[in-house]
Amino acid sequence: MKSAVIQFPGSNCDRDLAMALNRVGGAGPAQIVWHKETSLPAGLDLVAIPGGFSFGDYLRCGAIAARSPITRAIVAFAKRGGHVLGVCNGFQVLTEAGLLPGALMRNANLKYICRTVGLRVDTTDSAFTAGYAPGQEIALPIAHHDGNYTADADTLARLEDAGRVAFRYTDNPNGSAGDIAGILSANRRVLGMMPHPERASETAHGNTDGAVLFRSLADAMAPA
Amino acid sequence: MKARVHVMLKAGVLDPQGEAVRHALGTLGFSGVDGVRQGKVIDLELAETDAQKARAAVEEMCEKLLANTVIERYDIEIG
Repeated sequence: MKSAVIQFPGSNCDRDLAMALNRVGGAGPAQIVWHKETSLPAGLDLVAIPGGFSFGDYLRCGAIAARSPITRAIVAFAKRGGHVLGVCNGFQVLTEAGLLPGALMRNANLKYICRTVGLRVDTTDSAFTAGYAPGQEIALPIAHHDGNYTADADTLARLEDAGRVAFRYTDNPNGSAGDIAGILSANRRVLGMMPHPERASETAHGNTDGAVLFRSLADAMAPA
Repeated sequence: MKARVHVMLKAGVLDPQGEAVRHALGTLGFSGVDGVRQGKVIDLELAETDAQKARAAVEEMCEKLLANTVIERYDIEIG
């Protein structure tokens, strides 16, 4: 798997995400790509947008990053069928860029929440989740102030009908509609999720539930 | 030319911050506040001198960046 991690001013999970990708191996280490770049490295299998506070969350979380030069290239990459993973602030960037529907609002309790939460894997029909068992319960850390997923009723129904909810909270921490923690694009190649799989991807983390996601991706991208 | 944009959450979208402000007002003894909605005001200084063109430009800015029309609506004042 050849991957790139995008770096915006204020990204703070970029290196963690790159390390998690590097741990599953592939065609060289994940490349860090600065947001001012106008094109992505050639031959990528995956673009990963990390967590953090891009542009200080000014205007709206992810709003400015979604208009960065590199984001135009990411949208084109996704439209060509490329795989894109957005974690936390990366999920917010993906909704602001229009690659995923809906929006992430302030947590219902107005608090920044930083703890490990229970999740259910709602679909294994994606390169990101193929390695989990259907309905498997896992635990991943969350760390966000704006993870309260919202969308209009039609959009929510469309996500549910197409099985595009990838992860659901077992005990909703932030008020998100339908307990949604992560969703897929219509072609199932773009995943946005608030929990941090990269923070639960090696034994030293005390939890390796997130490593399965990176392993699934590497397996899906491995040359046949 | 000056423009002012008001960005508010759409009706029907729960505003947790507005709700928190409402509760705080109640705590301070301001009874009878039935609802609070919080938004933002963005002031723009424009080189454009034609009000109609200015409005059209600001509308495009709102659609592309200033508001997230999934959850927000906007009003534009020119001049």
